[in-house]
Amino acid sequence: MLTKTFFQGKLTKTENLFIPFVVAGDPTPEHTIEFALKLQEEGADVLELGVPYSDPLADGPTIQRAAQRALQAGMSLRKAVQLVPELRKRGLEIPVVIFTYYNPVLQIGHDDFFGLLEDNGVEGLLIPDLPYEESSEIRQQAEEKDIEFISLVAPNSDKRIQQIAEHARGFLYCVSSLGVTGERNDMSADALSFIKKVKEHSSVPVAVGFGISTNDHVKLVREHADGVIIGSKIIRLIEGELENIDKGQTSLALENFSKGIRELIQ
Amino acid sequence: MLQVFPDIKGRFGDFGGKYVPETLMGPLQELEESLDKAMADPSFIEEYHHVLKEYAGRPTSLSYADKVSEHLGGAKIYLKREDLNHTGAHKLNNAVGQALLAKRMGKEKIIAETGAGQHGVASATVAAKFGLKCKVFMGEEDIRRQELNVFRMKLLGAEVVSVSSGNGTLKDATNEAIRYWVANCEDHFYLIGSVVGPHPYPRMVRDFQRVIGDESKRQFLEVEERLPNRIFACVGGGSNAMGMFYPFLEDNSELIGVEAAGKGIDTPEHAATLSKGTPGVIHGSMTYLMQDENGQITEPYSISAGLDYPGIGPEHAHLFQTKKVRYESITDNEALSALKLLTQTEGIIPAIESAHALAQAFKEAGSMAEDETILINLSGRGDKDMATLMEHFQEEV
Repeated sequence: MLTKTFFQGKLTKTENLFIPFVVAGDPTPEHTIEFALKLQEEGADVLELGVPYSDPLADGPTIQRAAQRALQAGMSLRKAVQLVPELRKRGLEIPVVIFTYYNPVLQIGHDDFFGLLEDNGVEGLLIPDLPYEESSEIRQQAEEKDIEFISLVAPNSDKRIQQIAEHARGFLYCVSSLGVTGERNDMSADALSFIKKVKEHSSVPVAVGFGISTNDHVKLVREHADGVIIGSKIIRLIEGELENIDKGQTSLALENFSKGIRELIQ
Repeated sequence: MLQVFPDIKGRFGDFGGKYVPETLMGPLQELEESLDKAMADPSFIEEYHHVLKEYAGRPTSLSYADKVSEHLGGAKIYLKREDLNHTGAHKLNNAVGQALLAKRMGKEKIIAETGAGQHGVASATVAAKFGLKCKVFMGEEDIRRQELNVFRMKLLGAEVVSVSSGNGTLKDATNEAIRYWVANCEDHFYLIGSVVGPHPYPRMVRDFQRVIGDESKRQFLEVEERLPNRIFACVGGGSNAMGMFYPFLEDNSELIGVEAAGKGIDTPEHAATLSKGTPGVIHGSMTYLMQDENGQITEPYSISAGLDYPGIGPEHAHLFQTKKVRYESITDNEALSALKLLTQTEGIIPAIESAHALAQAFKEAGSMAEDETILINLSGRGDKDMATLMEHFQEEV
């Protein structure tokens, strides 16, 4: 049983975590705020706020589409980070992890980027194309600013699992199966033994993501890991409401969205 | 002391590395270990050179272009004839090397990305030759523009996967090939077409292409008993240039890489990554790339589909930064004029890509002394470009 607290003391729970992912600005910044608040209402423990990118290598078609919508609406890394204080003003209390590819970070520059995260009260950072071997500088800067740098492990991380797990902060993102993000039908037995192995080495909660798209998946993951990360399925629920949003029926869209989330994680 | 690049982290100075999702770190490690073993095994090297000789038709000729040299009045111009390589371009050298490595690793399925289709055709060719299953990712826009090469790949038995994400061009096809590889890395080998991507790809592709420079050096010494004063090659991702330049890096020859200036580097429509781009990460590698102020990768333009790439190999970025290679850029129109001049003086129709290297060399030749020499890598032949050339030259011929 883990007893530490994470994300600047804002996460005290260390099991049964629900970590949703949304793309900032999909379809607009205002809707992102509304969806995020609904997710908090439905029990989200940490919010992963995705920054749209032109070339998202780790993402499947669903998140690619969301990124395209957000980019068309003018979203950027800087604007996504600046959305965090807006979220706070509107009542979001759970810690926020900024999820961004590395290239936009490089264009702002490491120092200015961490300044931006600090100024806007961001508690966590995840960069999917910055593996352990390339991330020592960023990890150190994150440590200095008390921002949790989230690491990922995959079923083929093999000998690197121990090293990654020992340096993990916040929570450890366990990629359930090989491939990009997106919904999948099954969780394999291999995935479960992999999760078990990761837990042995981790001193932070182990959360499982990639392909979690049904209530059965959620229940299964809960039995074996400390948390569940859901991205593509949530984007699909948002996509399902785009028509209502277009028609100006935002409250109906939000209501449907909440219902979808409840069915998924109950 | 001579520094060896890339270093153990896959870096060429500030560039290169492995900026990839965690799921690719395992496969890249496996690839690197297998590659190192293969390159240290004389039987692998022997097999590679055997296939290049018996199947691809190497060594390719070194031709003295006497007519065009005379026409321009100045340096003596030599052409390295990669256009005579099987399938019509240098691309096959690398495809042979990687296909042999795939077989050695026990991977019977290969995937590849392609823009204009030249690397796709080279991959489909080696797949047919070595009994591998081949899937080629190609942007839907490129599939429309390159109908003939799509048919060639299919005839060779490859499956062509249409990529509709992004703008449906080479950048997106590469993203999709990488994504497919992430999910299927256990039994698939990703046969990358240029000196780009995460370590060890830039090194591997360079080492399978250096045969161009090694042969050129030997052939040039034989004919001229000295090395060329200047060596020119076109640069998109940069594999033909890297293959040509690498064996000459420590010599006194001046090396010139030629990028595509499209409609002009002061317009938004060009592919001059080093002239106009900035450092960043693309397709798993730290290098120069074309991007907007928010770090979103932008779409390049060139008349030549083979140079139409928003990034460049990390070793080129390093050679640019350390000024070991001079990089210039040539517009669509300049390339087309050079193509026509070579065609009508030497009876060689070059690929539009290669015509960029020709154009820069032709610009400089006249102001060089008559006892000076130029070597140009003629990376491919122009057969594939006939539709484009007809559009431009119909009225003139």
